[in-house]
Amino acid sequence: MARSDVMSSYWRGFRDGMPFFLVIAPFATLFGVLATESGLSVFETVAFSVAVIAGSAQFAALQLMNENAPLLVVIVSALIVNLRMAMYSAALVPYLGPLPLWKRVIAAYFIVDVTYAASAIDYEKHPDENVSQKFAYFMGVMTPVCPLWYVFAALGAFLGASIPSENGLDFALPIAFIAMVAPALRTKAHQGAAMTSCLLALGLIWVPFNLGLIFASLGGMAVGAEMERRGLL
Amino acid sequence: MIDKTDLWIVITALAVGSFGLRFLFLGLVGDRAMPEWVMRHLRYTAVAVLAALVTPLVVWPAATGGQTDPVRLFAALSAVCVGYFSKSVYGALGTGAAVMIAAAYWPA
Repeated sequence: MARSDVMSSYWRGFRDGMPFFLVIAPFATLFGVLATESGLSVFETVAFSVAVIAGSAQFAALQLMNENAPLLVVIVSALIVNLRMAMYSAALVPYLGPLPLWKRVIAAYFIVDVTYAASAIDYEKHPDENVSQKFAYFMGVMTPVCPLWYVFAALGAFLGASIPSENGLDFALPIAFIAMVAPALRTKAHQGAAMTSCLLALGLIWVPFNLGLIFASLGGMAVGAEMERRGLL
Repeated sequence: MIDKTDLWIVITALAVGSFGLRFLFLGLVGDRAMPEWVMRHLRYTAVAVLAALVTPLVVWPAATGGQTDPVRLFAALSAVCVGYFSKSVYGALGTGAAVMIAAAYWPA
């Protein structure tokens, strides 16, 4: 197995990952700013980003902690946001499953939206590549994406400490959530899921311990899945 | 202000939980297909949770003591429309921010 083949897969991945810098950097910075506004230190902000390495789940956890939601609700809600990682993990098994355990541990840690999406497309395009090349491609995509998630969270945390918490900054987080959701409403099923969970979230606001959020999410998921099953896409 | 103990409990639990979700199939379950109904539900998780999380924040913002605020409502709806039609995360983010900033500096 020529080493150069592995390296060329790595660099192809690196090039495919590069453009996502533009997506990662602002969101990581925003997380850093909002985390320090919520009272987290720079170290805590970076530790959070390294440990969890998932934008929307980190934002969700931060928001719920600011609302003083019970810890179990914070944790369960953020993990529901991250359930799609299990879907990515399943989807990568046919390609990366034959790797030795330690490489699967490394790959699993770096499964994020970008690494999954880029790899899934590339593995379809290059079915002849062996598993070492596939792993190299995956790590190539990861290289300009994941470390920057930590670096820019730190940068945001430094910035956040110097930005006065002005009126209106409280709304940066909701706007960030909307910016993540609205472009994802591609199909009628996605729209149905989102609409249902919006209405349920408003209707169930009285439910104690922020549990309305979890019920509303499950309701939205069920509606989306049922619409898809009936072919309403 | 977020309690430090609570924060570290959340960070630890999310670290373990998120890695668990990522490792679940690649590391443990292996090459077994997930039931179709599970996959179908998983496709809608992110959209459903984030929508449920954001709606009450838009309709009853904490910053105004839970009073519906026309500016925040308009910023949110603009962001939804731009995000939906342009499919651009940045378009939505920029539009929402622009409305909030414009309102903050509007000569009252």
